[in-house]
Amino acid sequence: MDKKLILAIETSCDETAAAVIKNGNEILSNIVASQIESHKRFGGVVPEIASRHHVEQITVIIEEAMKEANVTYNDLSAIAVTEGPGLVGALLIGVNAAKALAFAHSLPLIGVHHIAGHIYANQLITDLSFPLMTLVVSGGHTELVYMKEHGSFEVIGETRDDAVGEAYDKVARTLNLPYPGGPHIDRLAASGEASIDLPRAWLEPDSYDFSFSGLKSAVINTLHNAKQKGIEISKEDLAASFQESVIEVLVEKSKRAATEYDVKQFLVAGGVAANKGLREKLKEQFTELGIELVIPPLYLCTDNAAMIGAAAFVHLEKQQFTSYTLNGNPGLDLEND
Amino acid sequence: MKALAIDTSTFVMGVSVVDGDQVLGEVITNLKKNHSIRLMPAIDELMKDTGVRPNQLERIIVAHGPGSYTGVRIGVTTAKTLAYSLGIPLVGVSSIEVLAQNGRFFNGVISPIFDARRGQVYTGLYGDMNGEFTNIARDQICLVTDWASHLNSQYENVLFLGNDISIHKEIIIEKLGDKVQFGQISDHNPRPSELARVGIAKEPTKDVHSFTPNYIRLAEAEANWLANQEK
Ligand SMILES: [Zn+2]
Repeated sequence: MDKKLILAIETSCDETAAAVIKNGNEILSNIVASQIESHKRFGGVVPEIASRHHVEQITVIIEEAMKEANVTYNDLSAIAVTEGPGLVGALLIGVNAAKALAFAHSLPLIGVHHIAGHIYANQLITDLSFPLMTLVVSGGHTELVYMKEHGSFEVIGETRDDAVGEAYDKVARTLNLPYPGGPHIDRLAASGEASIDLPRAWLEPDSYDFSFSGLKSAVINTLHNAKQKGIEISKEDLAASFQESVIEVLVEKSKRAATEYDVKQFLVAGGVAANKGLREKLKEQFTELGIELVIPPLYLCTDNAAMIGAAAFVHLEKQQFTSYTLNGNPGLDLEND
Repeated sequence: MKALAIDTSTFVMGVSVVDGDQVLGEVITNLKKNHSIRLMPAIDELMKDTGVRPNQLERIIVAHGPGSYTGVRIGVTTAKTLAYSLGIPLVGVSSIEVLAQNGRFFNGVISPIFDARRGQVYTGLYGDMNGEFTNIARDQICLVTDWASHLNSQYENVLFLGNDISIHKEIIIEKLGDKVQFGQISDHNPRPSELARVGIAKEPTKDVHSFTPNYIRLAEAEANWLANQEK
């Protein structure tokens, strides 16, 4: 088998990342420069600051990825880059750097959907078997995506308000936990008791959609009421109760979707896939169902370029390339990718 | 020396290819269209037309700001990535200095302006000093009233250049009276061939990796954060 190498770039949010991927499933290098330390002081990602950091980092990270993979531009088959969705100013840095590389070395250019990337992170640890279902959970996304074959994405359900990660961050803020709050809630929840009654948004019986804004408000109200009555609420218990509500809905809908669509594999993708509570519950439930469950290791769940290189390989095999008019597209649609 | 020059600091998009003392070609538009979509196709076409291949380039020159944050970043990202991956020198030139070149033969000082909203402009002062066309007052952001008053107290002949002049023309005339002149329509677009000429004469940046735009201003969030730290 001949080897096909893709240099992939990802700058959709606050990580400047580049990777070299062989044949869509082997990581030769995977470099990620996180800006989180810079954004912490603002309590969240500031788009203009993110764009500025990307410009500072972009060629350093690309060079590191090329060096670590020990390849030259002549060895590459294509340049891939996240086209969207994401912060438009941040996306533009990756897109323009990718175009410059493609032009300088006469290489084909591939635009990749960020969520397709998250899903294909799974291909870096195992072969995908179709049909499959993916639960995408991150700071910006919560959706169930059905794939009948490579490169085909059908969103069967998505959040109608906040993304899971967003709900975690907002609840963490009301508990005065540092940004980003997700991991802190997960940690607190592990030592708490889910003793506080919080709502679960099941929506219509046949719906695969999600909603987390009501739950978030319920947490805020619970804290507020307790404060007015002068009652002390255990942060651990509140975190555990919140997490239980989130996980119960995510896992139940995942199970129903996997069963109804009769899938061979169930994948988890996105930064929230790092959540221990979610991982454990999914493992337990999918073992019972007898459906293969794949959850990438932490470094492939959070934003990285290796996943973009994995998703781009499908386009390379089909010779689907983009022209130099490629632009950052913050609202890019997954289904028409 | 074969060089490629890029300017996307304002609505004006400019690309030029020069070889030694010849301008082989330049593309320039003044349109409210997305630079990210149009820049690389323009570079590709101009390079093909002039018969220069990427690996023949010996220098990349870019207008590094001030200007539109996003616009400047598109040009700088493209330029630094080209320079790094082709292993050739990169030169940054002030976007204000590029526009000032259109007044090179004016007998007086030249103030190119880009609108920066809320009565402010990005500007700087350029002109002839001891037979050399050079920077006289550093690039800055300032209120156009303050700037025009300052120029009125210091200089006799001032030329204003830039596509945003109409926004500030009244105040400038009020402050400078008959000391001021304005460029003609064809003087207001920064020319990419001028960028190339200026860039060839300058020293390349020492480290392509750490090359960044000259925004002049901190990001708003950062400025607010710093102000809070001082309290
Ligand atoms: Zn992501």
